[in-house]
Amino acid sequence: MEIFQQIINGISVGSIYALIALGYTMVYGIVKLINFAHGDVFMLGAFIGFYSITALHLGLIPALLLSMILTALIGVIIERVAYKRLRNSPRISALITAIGVSLFIEYGTIYVRGAQPEAYPGNALPDMVLNLFGLTLNADALFILGVSILLMILLQYIVHRTKVGKAMRAVSHDAETARLMGINVDTTISVTFAIGSSLAGAAGVIFGLYYTKIDPLMGIIPGLKAFVAAVLGGIGSIPGAMAGGMLLGLVETFVSAAGFSLWRDAAAFVILILILIFKPSGLFGQNVKEKV
Amino acid sequence: MMRKVSILVLLAILAFGVLAGCGTSTTGTTNGGNQTEGNTAPGGNGGAQAGTIKIGANLELSGGVSSYGQSIAEGIDLAVEEINKAGGINGQQLEVVKVDNKSDAAESTNAAIKLMSQDKVVAIIGAATSGNTKAMIQLSNDNKIPVITPTGTADSVTVNQDGSVNEYMFRTCFIDPFQGDVAARFALNDLKVKTAAIYIDSASDYSKGLAASFKETFTKNGGQIVSEEAFVAKDTDFRSTLTRIKGTNPEFVYVPGYYEEVGLIVKQARELGLMAPIMGGDGLDSPKMVELAGADALNNVFLTNHYSSKDPDPEIQKFVEAFKGKYNGKEPDAFNALGYDSVKFLADAIQRAGSADPTKIKDALAATKDLKVVSGVLTIDEKHNPIKSAAILEYKNGVQEFKTKVNP
Repeated sequence: MEIFQQIINGISVGSIYALIALGYTMVYGIVKLINFAHGDVFMLGAFIGFYSITALHLGLIPALLLSMILTALIGVIIERVAYKRLRNSPRISALITAIGVSLFIEYGTIYVRGAQPEAYPGNALPDMVLNLFGLTLNADALFILGVSILLMILLQYIVHRTKVGKAMRAVSHDAETARLMGINVDTTISVTFAIGSSLAGAAGVIFGLYYTKIDPLMGIIPGLKAFVAAVLGGIGSIPGAMAGGMLLGLVETFVSAAGFSLWRDAAAFVILILILIFKPSGLFGQNVKEKV
Repeated sequence: MMRKVSILVLLAILAFGVLAGCGTSTTGTTNGGNQTEGNTAPGGNGGAQAGTIKIGANLELSGGVSSYGQSIAEGIDLAVEEINKAGGINGQQLEVVKVDNKSDAAESTNAAIKLMSQDKVVAIIGAATSGNTKAMIQLSNDNKIPVITPTGTADSVTVNQDGSVNEYMFRTCFIDPFQGDVAARFALNDLKVKTAAIYIDSASDYSKGLAASFKETFTKNGGQIVSEEAFVAKDTDFRSTLTRIKGTNPEFVYVPGYYEEVGLIVKQARELGLMAPIMGGDGLDSPKMVELAGADALNNVFLTNHYSSKDPDPEIQKFVEAFKGKYNGKEPDAFNALGYDSVKFLADAIQRAGSADPTKIKDALAATKDLKVVSGVLTIDEKHNPIKSAAILEYKNGVQEFKTKVNP
């Protein structure tokens, strides 16, 4: 029984990693930039959700949507202000800028509201606990899983069935040729940032509901873990990011379940190192042509 | 232009080096720079005799743990006000000189240097944390000025590694291991449990210290530890480890940590159906605890603390009333109480010494016996630690209730 409980724990953590990892992977796929500020957009999403529930008295779903819309906007602004000019510069410049943006967001948030943590209101979700054959499944875990799966399906639909998705795939494949074919590359990149950031924003709200505590530096570790998940799945690949996130969540949970809870974070990074040594393209990496 | 910049950088590095030098010198090795500071101070103590008695407060008024420092300062202000209103000590009024150490050990040293050599104080109260207090050890020895920390709980504040006592260092709070010992006796005798799980913050000496003494007392008196797990500060996901703990069916879970993590641990434990009593130390004493865990999950959660404002003891209620009167109805917490007690502890020693000479104050502090203060009846042992009672509090529907007092 304990093992099934642990699987549920693992999937809940994993779906949060997966949602964040999707943003990393999309941005990398399209502009070859590791957007280190992504974890901080996730943090902003959590705070927007928090303030829309506590200060604006919105319900859970409106708060989630508001958070996604605003983080999408923030993502686009970050791209326009910080990354656009550097698109043709060496990649290291963009990477350093991304780290700078990340620190700017973290400490800007601390400047505005202080460093103290905030607790998500406990009554945002019905306090429902399902007892199935000795397993405890609470509403939060089901909600996380439901929202994550829904968003991932939506993303797959956008990328593969819509015009803008087609443009994203084209720009990812070869930006110059796409431009010659009449695709507005700037708009497409903005859309990518918008979608990726709104997923991070949703992950932030979900994280707040599931773990209660949010603070301005909360994006750092989940951001890094999601990056590991993206590399694990093959950076640039959407199914890879989802699988990588879930796998990472499960691995971490089972490392703790085996009594090595202090090795949990180390395990994530050992996986990163092993993947980079033995299969640098990641689990789904061979699928180069489909990446976005 | 480049030359100017490089000179500036060089200067900055030098300045930093000097500051860093001051910081490290206090941890034991003597350093020329501090020695000269030390020699100037004792000569000037005469100033303290003129009308007022100057005492210093070296506190975390800004920075990472500023809420601790500010709470202590409130307690100090109240105590000084009361003493002065009642005619002062031996006819002399008290005057407090407060210096902000910005929650930083090197700044704490600087603050102590300023208080001892410039302001010529007869004793210093502070700092809130053990680390910032330890930054004053060398200076207090060199200048022969007593230092009383209200809340620095680490062993090494008053006792050196070789077991010798830092003559001029004192504290008003009990030390870490005592809380673990009290918790174990409470679990065995009051809750009548036989098995316990320990879940510690492996990055914190505080947590490890409490857990070690809990384990010792618990097993020595017939209890059994069924599982020992660890987490690291800033973790948010404890579910997998809690599932594991639940699998061992403990009757009691001891989680000595700080409220940021323990709040989440309590919430996640209850969600997973782990309903055993959970207990921790004074690190759980924060209003955030209720927000993080939720009032329902907190039922059957206990903590050891320095004092409780709900304690019916008339001395305590008198203090609570006075504090509420001065600070717009704010309920005094343990930091307020210990700041207040530190002044009372010092004032009592000055009175008994009959003089504001720092060396005589030190001797009187060390000889303190059965002094009634808000956080208990205080007697100083040979290691300069107070022997006094601990309060046990229980959360009931999100409110801390006074459960019992355990004497050492």
